[in-house]
Amino acid sequence: MTSIDTVEALLENNEALQAAKTFLFQLADDDYITSFRGSEWLGLAPHIEEDVAFSSITQNTMGHAVLVYQTLEALGEAEADKLAHARPAGERLSSVYLEKPNGPGTYLDEPHYDWALAVIRLYLYETWKKIRLQTAARGSIRPVAAAAEKILMEQPYHLAHWKMWAVQLLDSTPEAKERLEERIAEAWREAGDMISFGGHGQTFLENGVTADSEEALQLRWLEEVRSVLPAPAELPLKEAGDGRRKEHGSDLDQALKTCSEVFTSDREAVW
Amino acid sequence: MYNFIEHVNGSEPEAVEDEAKYAQFMERIENGEKIEADDWMPEEYRQTLIKLISMHGISEIMGALPEKEWVPKAPTLYRKLGIMAKVQDEMGHGQLLLRVAEDLMAPYGRSREDLMMDLLSGDLKFHNVFHMETRTWADAGVIGWLVDGAAIISQTNMLDASYGPYQRALQRICAEEVFHAQHGEAIVMALAEGTPEQKAMLQEAVDRWWPSLLMFFGPGSAETTGSSKQEVTTKYKIRKSSNEELRQAFLDKYLPRVFSLGLTIPDDTLRYDEEKEQWEYEQPDWNEFKQIIKNNGPRSAERLRLRELAYENNRWVRRALSNEPVVQA
Ligand SMILES: [Fe+2]
Ligand SMILES: [Fe+2]
Repeated sequence: MTSIDTVEALLENNEALQAAKTFLFQLADDDYITSFRGSEWLGLAPHIEEDVAFSSITQNTMGHAVLVYQTLEALGEAEADKLAHARPAGERLSSVYLEKPNGPGTYLDEPHYDWALAVIRLYLYETWKKIRLQTAARGSIRPVAAAAEKILMEQPYHLAHWKMWAVQLLDSTPEAKERLEERIAEAWREAGDMISFGGHGQTFLENGVTADSEEALQLRWLEEVRSVLPAPAELPLKEAGDGRRKEHGSDLDQALKTCSEVFTSDREAVW
Repeated sequence: MYNFIEHVNGSEPEAVEDEAKYAQFMERIENGEKIEADDWMPEEYRQTLIKLISMHGISEIMGALPEKEWVPKAPTLYRKLGIMAKVQDEMGHGQLLLRVAEDLMAPYGRSREDLMMDLLSGDLKFHNVFHMETRTWADAGVIGWLVDGAAIISQTNMLDASYGPYQRALQRICAEEVFHAQHGEAIVMALAEGTPEQKAMLQEAVDRWWPSLLMFFGPGSAETTGSSKQEVTTKYKIRKSSNEELRQAFLDKYLPRVFSLGLTIPDDTLRYDEEKEQWEYEQPDWNEFKQIIKNNGPRSAERLRLRELAYENNRWVRRALSNEPVVQA
């Protein structure tokens, strides 16, 4: 496969361009919603040190979403701010598992958030994120690979953070272990869309957006997370929907309404 | 940020304390030496520092909560990143300061856990501004610009504080506060130069925050309350200026900027007295202030409830961590 070294070259290859954009939208939309869910946690983490660390990760994750939305802007999509704030839920490619609320209540009112969900979800997500960034970095589309490389410079710290939490809690009290196991079981019912390319895996591979097949990446993910978590040997299901195919529940609508509240109050204004 | 000083009048050191040690201690302070955590210090000094620093630390943490309300709602990606960075800094300030307070409390066998319990029980107060509601995006701007601006005034006044660990923490905190004020000012500037609705939103926020900003520095100086005793924090060279001096410095710095943006202040009596070289202003309602810091402010209950929920919902995590076997990193 010939490599595509510049944005200009990519813009001239429509099939590769569409594949690249789909991959980038999946990535950016995942990071955007993950960062939102993370920001809801501020001040509610198990201790102050964790609040500081978690909010740093959340901020970096938003930085990654920004970088990828900007890459999409350079590829002819709307400006990054509009991609983040003005796209309705029905156009988003984020995983429904990542959209799931942190627990009962809202971040403003009676947030009964569950740290076990945070730890399991973020560990599973960051592992997948690493794998998909690595394959894109080894892919043959330079503008996509460059964004992936940049994110990979800080992403390993995020993964290490959540892995440490998962390992520590699994190795502590029976109560903690039980809570984590419940969230693992839940993830295996719902996180199937997170580790999928939504039917675009073959196109990604053929156009060099990724260097590996979707199946190989999923197996790599499964192997890695099972080395840390007591998890089933099969891939997770998609019982809560499939965000990669734009099937979202009301959780995303609610989240987007909050994230875009001020932006949509006056779309022409300079904020 | 965030520590108005309640008036505590100086008292004689306890008789049981070694007079010679006390004299030597005061000499070190007079010479501008820094006191360290393990050094001998009079009880009054330790108590004053614990009260000051734990309130400062917990206020940083509670201070992240009003802005947190606007983190997801920030209207552009750039603003989202900016406000995320800011609230993270505030949490970091809280962490830094609570560690300083913990070292001071160690001789009493008291810890972070006790501070959190004191917060929830109302024994440990947090700063008046963080009991207030936020209503619009303009609040995010006004908090960053003027509340952090006020914090810079009060904290830079203690940059040479006699207690080394606090003084060093403040060096770092003040450096970051400058970015917070710039972040807030940028939000405010965009609104001030924006649509009529944006301008109105900004003016409404300034009007609403004005009394809280006056209250920020605490009630007027000992002079106005008719007392001539020296304040403890000044005696021990923890800070230099009185509440009123700090408030005047704040007004000196920010009122010209407020006016130059075309904003007004909701006080008809506000004027600069050239002779006295100070601002004349209508006193905020100090009874209301007392109510606010007693956790009877507009959002006191809701903000404390968040910390209470964090405490309750993470109980199992704390149990797990304390039970944690030693594992190699
Ligand atoms: Fe601060
Ligand atoms: Fe600040």
